[in-house]
Amino acid sequence: MATTAEGFDAHHDQGHGHGHDAHDHADHKPGFFARWFMSTNHKDIGTMYLIFAIIAGIVGGAISGIMRVELAEPGIQYLQWWAQFMGGGNDLNTALHMWNVFITAHGLIMVFFMVMPAMIGGFGNWFVPLMIGAPDMAFPRMNNVSFWLTVAGFFSLLFSLFVPGGTGPGAGTGWTVYAPLSTSGSVGPAVDFAIFSLHLAGAGSILGATNFITTIFNMRAPGMTLHKMPLFVWSVLVTAFLLLLALPVLAAAITMLLTDRNFGTTFFNPAGGGDPVLYQHLFWFFGHPEVYIMILPGFGMISQIIATFSKKPVFGYLGMAYAMVAIGVVGFIVWAHHMYTVGLDVNTKMYFTAATMVIAVPTGVKIFSWIATMWGGSLSFKSPMVWSMGFIFLFTVGGVTGVVLANGGIDDNLHDTYYVVAHFHYVLSMGAVFSMFAGFYYWFPKMSGRMHSELLSHLHFWTFFIGVNVIFFPQHFLGMQGMPRRYPDYAEAFTFWHQVSTYGYYIMAGSMVFFFVNIAYALLAGKKAAANPWGEGATTLEWTLPSPPPYHQFETLPVITDAHDYHDHRPVTA
Amino acid sequence: MKNAILAAIAAGLAAFAPLSVAAQDAPTTTPVEATAPAAEAAPAAAAPADAAPAEAASAYTPMAPTKGKGMPTSYEDGALKSMTFQDQYSENGKYAQWMHDGILMPVITAISLLVLGLLLYVVVRFNRRRNPVASRTTHNTAIEVIWTIVPVIILVVIAVPSITLLARQYETPPADAVTIKATGYQWYWGYTYPDHGEIEVISNMLDEGEAVRRGEPGQLAVDNRMVVPAGVPLRIQTTASDVIHAFAVPSLWFKMDAVPGRLNEKLLTIEEPGVYYGQCSELCGARHAYMPIAIEALPPAEFAAWVKAQGGSMPGEEAAAPAAAPPADAAAAAPAAAR
Repeated sequence: MATTAEGFDAHHDQGHGHGHDAHDHADHKPGFFARWFMSTNHKDIGTMYLIFAIIAGIVGGAISGIMRVELAEPGIQYLQWWAQFMGGGNDLNTALHMWNVFITAHGLIMVFFMVMPAMIGGFGNWFVPLMIGAPDMAFPRMNNVSFWLTVAGFFSLLFSLFVPGGTGPGAGTGWTVYAPLSTSGSVGPAVDFAIFSLHLAGAGSILGATNFITTIFNMRAPGMTLHKMPLFVWSVLVTAFLLLLALPVLAAAITMLLTDRNFGTTFFNPAGGGDPVLYQHLFWFFGHPEVYIMILPGFGMISQIIATFSKKPVFGYLGMAYAMVAIGVVGFIVWAHHMYTVGLDVNTKMYFTAATMVIAVPTGVKIFSWIATMWGGSLSFKSPMVWSMGFIFLFTVGGVTGVVLANGGIDDNLHDTYYVVAHFHYVLSMGAVFSMFAGFYYWFPKMSGRMHSELLSHLHFWTFFIGVNVIFFPQHFLGMQGMPRRYPDYAEAFTFWHQVSTYGYYIMAGSMVFFFVNIAYALLAGKKAAANPWGEGATTLEWTLPSPPPYHQFETLPVITDAHDYHDHRPVTA
Repeated sequence: MKNAILAAIAAGLAAFAPLSVAAQDAPTTTPVEATAPAAEAAPAAAAPADAAPAEAASAYTPMAPTKGKGMPTSYEDGALKSMTFQDQYSENGKYAQWMHDGILMPVITAISLLVLGLLLYVVVRFNRRRNPVASRTTHNTAIEVIWTIVPVIILVVIAVPSITLLARQYETPPADAVTIKATGYQWYWGYTYPDHGEIEVISNMLDEGEAVRRGEPGQLAVDNRMVVPAGVPLRIQTTASDVIHAFAVPSLWFKMDAVPGRLNEKLLTIEEPGVYYGQCSELCGARHAYMPIAIEALPPAEFAAWVKAQGGSMPGEEAAAPAAAPPADAAAAAPAAAR
């Protein structure tokens, strides 16, 4: 801490001494340890979040590979080997428990340690201050705490894999951690560590959310009213409110799990007057907003990118902003559609059916507004644009199967089947992940100062697009035929579509080679990126800065004037 | 805990006793509208040849399942059939399937194709070469109102049958409905018949080899099925003794969680005799994938014979034997490979 404080004083003095030597001043960086381990710089923290998310994504993606390979044919092929590899016994129950550990770890890693850190921690940290013309986040030190809490959470989850958690090592409860499987059903400390991991990651996210809300409300450049904010900033603002309101409920629920497990309480144990369904209500009160937390920043990125490469302002800016607000609000009152089969009464089920379908309306507004933004535009199909267009189509497919599942009576057959798996991977693994790749290719030149290869990113797009569709489209068929989720083994009739799905995984995994080669190429040999490599369509403030931006930007605040229409925020006075 | 539930049920049954006496012959006289066609009965009759005569005293032999009925269909056996819902054998299931195939599928396909078509159109029409100068249009109130209102109308059209379906699924079982309580255990199912002298059936998965030997699908076949009468309202109750399980049968459009400390109840009428397979559908620990469900629906008379063979009694009759006697092989249930 002392180091950065001294550094701050030092360049403060320097500022006085050298007058207007702004560039040196802005680019003064602390030493390695102070810069990366005690960081207070939103861009450095954003970079660390992105690297962390990529590492977690590799782990989570590798786990899904283990699962797809196991599911390529009926019977148990490799689980026993994995159980032994992870330090468990050789019996079938340990192997089967290992499967549950994999599905749990895959879900938790992808949700809490890949999508959320990349979207909010990575792109949010990097670009919210840049887009609103702020020098940094409101609470830079807390920003650092958020990041390291997330890392600590990840380690707690990884640690849980190596301690007993039932009939083998690791927590095998599913990412939903339903009681009583997670309480009396899982003996050993693994579940405690998995829960603690959620506490840590959740605390990090709550701190991050307060940071974003404060930053966006208080640190916008002069003249940037809320209704002139770029839509990505809007999306992060709505997301931050969802985090702030939803995560404490999760924290309460999993704390009750911990006390049920360790201190003899019976919140979720009917023998002591508790109720397992109470846990599900609490979990999904968090869990449903959580799925919007994962997709809303993606909506924001897609809006920026579509506008940029159409050379047109976003169509229906206000509708777009308030559609996100509406999705956020309605997202809090639809949670029980995850619980249609627990034994809800008929009126409750009717209400949640109706409320859930309502979400399709603001979502439809967004889809059509993106298309209307392109309509009449002058489209150039750079890598961020193709990923965004892929997003629009695949998110639509995932969205409409959501309308199917919204019907409580239809869900009676599809609940907890592969149809649900297909649905949420279409909106996440294709929705959220496509938007993250779009955002990555959009902002990589800005963040690194180097251009990536358009050829490799297009190859990445097409192979990934084919791969994920081959993985997940057949899973709709499996679900309708009755294949339940979270099964390591299945009846022979399901073999064909499972095999197809596994081939899709190979295609998808192969396509990731293009991504990593592309990053390596760009960093080692990429062309230097201009301040604005995307041309006249890129109108937000980050493109007025050099690539990469100076270590401290906007020491003189940009001024936004009324002359600018929605979505065009270039300062006139700069 | 479990005892408390049992006690509650027993109390409930005691209250119902006079009623069920009054309605004693209702189930058997209900017109079952040819639910026992000869085609179905024949394989059942043919079964004894290869079925092991484990229960010497029993006249009952498990019905042979019909391929493609009550079980998933493989791609090889029917590409199209493997890509949609299993055929439905309950009224609500048929309604739900009609709603999915007739309303939801066309709507979601049309919306997806519309979005895809619009995307392809803008790619062709508004690319940089064909349209070098972008318009600055950012608003069009009329179209924004349209794309808000039209989805609302579509959703209302979907909501009407959806709410209807829910209402039908929540119809209260009639007083004379046959009650079966399914209890989820780690990792098998127990079925009790409180109206029939508290028969208890313990149902474990058969191992793959044994299932194939009996001509049943692996992973779905069980040693002792949940036997029910066809064409008669069933009151299915679910609960669990350890963790949450879910009682699910895709071909009957039936899924209900089995939650410890709760007793869920739902009406089910299986339209015709047959074997209907399902699987546990809530993560319940290591052997979650290995606790399938097999419902065998029999014509009511055969069901009554099965009840007798299990040492139970039809409602209103005196119990032939003390109800406590469980079926002979319930004790040998533990490892699926026992037989």
